[in-house]
Amino acid sequence: MWQKIYAWLDERLGLNDLYKATLDRPEPKGNWWNTLGSASLFLFILQGVTGIFLSVYYTPSPDHAYDSITYIMNGVAFGWLMRGIHHWGASLMVIVVFVHMLRVFVTASYKYPRELTWMIGVGLLLLTLGMGFTGYLLPWNQKAYWATTVGTSIAGTVPWIGAFIERVLRGGAELSALTLSRFFAAHIWIFPAAMAGLIGVHLYLIIKHGESEFPGKDD
Amino acid sequence: MAGSHHISRRDFVKLTTAALGSIMGAVIGLPAIGYLIDPALKASGKDAWIPLGPLEKFEAGKPALVTFTRSKINGWEKTVNSYGVFVIKKSDSEALVLSNKCTHLSCRVNWLEERQEYICPCHDAAFGLNGEVLGGPPPRPLDRYEGEQLKVEEGTLYLHFVEG
Ligand code: HEM
Ligand code: FES
Repeated sequence: MWQKIYAWLDERLGLNDLYKATLDRPEPKGNWWNTLGSASLFLFILQGVTGIFLSVYYTPSPDHAYDSITYIMNGVAFGWLMRGIHHWGASLMVIVVFVHMLRVFVTASYKYPRELTWMIGVGLLLLTLGMGFTGYLLPWNQKAYWATTVGTSIAGTVPWIGAFIERVLRGGAELSALTLSRFFAAHIWIFPAAMAGLIGVHLYLIIKHGESEFPGKDD
Repeated sequence: MAGSHHISRRDFVKLTTAALGSIMGAVIGLPAIGYLIDPALKASGKDAWIPLGPLEKFEAGKPALVTFTRSKINGWEKTVNSYGVFVIKKSDSEALVLSNKCTHLSCRVNWLEERQEYICPCHDAAFGLNGEVLGGPPPRPLDRYEGEQLKVEEGTLYLHFVEG
């Protein structure tokens, strides 16, 4: 019965080919360092899932942001768990993505034909950091407020256009409801969408080129 | 390798992945259900005795509208709801209290003295003095407070209000 359904689907979707191309592709002998990309992907999905759950109660307005987070922590069943995973997962993801990049650097896997994989990776690293930066403001507590004040001021030190960048980031001269709502939009829509697209291309390239061999003594 | 006690590397990886995946799925998935349905499980039914006024001030046999407000905290927001009841004094120590909420679709009914009926502005329901349905679409009489749900203390009529 199930085999019949599977065969029917496979004939139309090419599930077996898909499986062979993605999960059954030949790999050079690697080690645990090769799992960090997949770990990054796992964390990205985990952050996505817990983030969606948080958005059920979180309210991105200065009047309610802090109270809604307090409610998630103290009022909702397992709210502490959802927020806890999202909170610690964010820091872990920055670390894991960074170490993934280090391993790619150390094994010189960024070389031809994988330069584009690397460049997209740079975009992913920046977006991961951007997620951390925008997410940090959302609780709208003192720490969040001042960290964002400082962070956007740093952007303001760029020569010539700094003041303009700062205004764009803040949505005005100082932090306000506009800052909170644009950080929220960036955090839940713009950056994740960009990351999903880049991750797609990143993975396509990895499957296309295969994993790089570890450099040997002669390299 | 069928029949042997050894499990191939492939099957081992598949099995471990499936097992760990299920555990992780359950650790997030099960709490997530509780997390999502939590507001529906929050115990409602907070109760309070609401003073409706000195009984002697009410005119016997004539419904008088009394309104009161109750505040309620939903998540991180406080809302204030207002309620209305009709007090029908029966004797110096007894009264009947009716909710003014139409039992059809919750519009508020008004007492029309000349018709001696409560009329609902929405779909023309008519209720009699003690809440019985006289016409229109309502499925049941107006909700009533009596007996245990009322008390008179030092001349003041109280209603036992349970939050819905
Ligand atoms: C959200 C962030 C990221 C995700 C989800 C991700 C995902 C992956 C995955 C699943 C792999 C294959 C397994 C592995 O080699 O670990 C991989 C390989 C690779 N990644 Fe990333 N990555 C991310 C960030 C980055 C960054 C920041 C860089 C570098 C700037 C980078 C550059 C590369 C390169 C060059 C490879 C090919 C490695 C090889 O063929 O040996 N990635 N990535
Ligand atoms: S709501 Fe009162 S008649 Fe319909």
